[in-house]
Amino acid sequence: MVNIENVEEIKFSKEELERYSRHLIIPEFNIEGQKKLKAARVLVIGTGGLGTPLLLYLTAAGVGNIGIVDFDVVDTSNLQRQVLFTTQDVGRPKVEAARERLSALNPFVNFEIFNLKLDSSNALDLISKYDVIADGTDNFPTRYLVNDATVLAGKVNVFASIFRFEGQASVFNYKFPDDSRGPNYRDLFPTPPPPGLVPSCAEGGVLGVLPGILGSIQANEVIKVITGVGEPLAGRLFQFDASEFKTRIFKLTKDPDNPLTGTNPTQKELIDYEYFCNINNHASIEEKNGKEQEITVTQLNDWILTGKKFQLIDVREPYEFDIVNLGGMLIPKNEILNHLAALNPETDIVIHCRSGRRSHDVIRLIHQHTNLKKLYNLKGGILAWVDEIDPSLPKY
Amino acid sequence: MITIFIPTPLRRFAAEQTQVRLNARTVSEAVQSLTSIHPSLKPYLFDESEVIRKHVRLYLGDEDVREKQGIHTSLKEGDELSIIPAIAGGKY
Repeated sequence: MVNIENVEEIKFSKEELERYSRHLIIPEFNIEGQKKLKAARVLVIGTGGLGTPLLLYLTAAGVGNIGIVDFDVVDTSNLQRQVLFTTQDVGRPKVEAARERLSALNPFVNFEIFNLKLDSSNALDLISKYDVIADGTDNFPTRYLVNDATVLAGKVNVFASIFRFEGQASVFNYKFPDDSRGPNYRDLFPTPPPPGLVPSCAEGGVLGVLPGILGSIQANEVIKVITGVGEPLAGRLFQFDASEFKTRIFKLTKDPDNPLTGTNPTQKELIDYEYFCNINNHASIEEKNGKEQEITVTQLNDWILTGKKFQLIDVREPYEFDIVNLGGMLIPKNEILNHLAALNPETDIVIHCRSGRRSHDVIRLIHQHTNLKKLYNLKGGILAWVDEIDPSLPKY
Repeated sequence: MITIFIPTPLRRFAAEQTQVRLNARTVSEAVQSLTSIHPSLKPYLFDESEVIRKHVRLYLGDEDVREKQGIHTSLKEGDELSIIPAIAGGKY
């Protein structure tokens, strides 16, 4: 549970009592639970697939103070699942569009918006100002950052994560009545997967309804943690497979080697999470092969227009190729090592994907297994091509 | 026979199977047998030293095998082993 300050000072207007009446008549919830919600301060990190249903339900439920962190703008491809935003919001900063819509939903809630990227320099300050943190981010560095900052600041972290048809949820660092703390993310996964091993949702896709289900579960847990109603999902991992409709709950235990909360804690402050997740930690490969060579979409277009001889390799998946392609040879990333013989050492080879990230990984992989030198990563991938060369093609 | 549940992110490396049934006396045997049936799974489950990767948890029933005898945990007929990998998505 969390200690919410100033609960006894909370008063409700007639409009609020009517608005929250379906909570007030639940015996174990009643007006005491509603007062705790109104006094509470919740920080929602990420206004995406998970963050948007979470924000809608927390706002509707009457959480009094909600902080919203995101640095992105609304994109057309968000609308398939980020139900907070409308078509007119495309291009607007997400935190601003979110505040406008949520304020219209419930004018009795105070919103604080932070149009910034959460990092090691600002996370502790921000998180310390809230009672409960809900993590709806989309990448491993931020997951570990949020985990470590919540543990160091002594805050409860209501977690959910999704991929394609699969979701996970838990309540980390929960404070039990005896003041002991429940397991955190590092007890479950001590370190992240090596980069490129697990595809992101932007690469792997996600069923639009799934974050709605998991984000709603997060909202439910946030409300339970604040009000003390029910048994929170602490010390347990909920797993949901939407394609098979299988739900499972696993027991989470503490890892004695956890650097934050294990028997011999070694980490007392936030670290460099990009480095920890090995995102830009490829010096040895680059030293061996020289800096990766890039080509811009404009240069590629010049090569095509001038009839230059080169190979164009598309390392996306076949279903992505069907949405839009540049006529390259399709060799999906995970099959590249089986097709090294298809690469012509005599010509320049341009490798491309959707955004330039997978092609970067593929070039590293090819360098590890061959002596090919004339490899170029198409900067910004097919997205940049659509933006700068051929806007008639679809982005996805 | 025991059953190993394959999570969504790893199904593409296991011929899109949701579960694999096989004979094994220990967790280690089960995972070795699984990766011999589906070799593409191996780099996702094991690191270069043949140790289970730290972003992958193995659960026997609802219990982490870490709390039992790790990969040496014995299995019996009908046991269910779940592979739970870290997934990070949410915002997008």
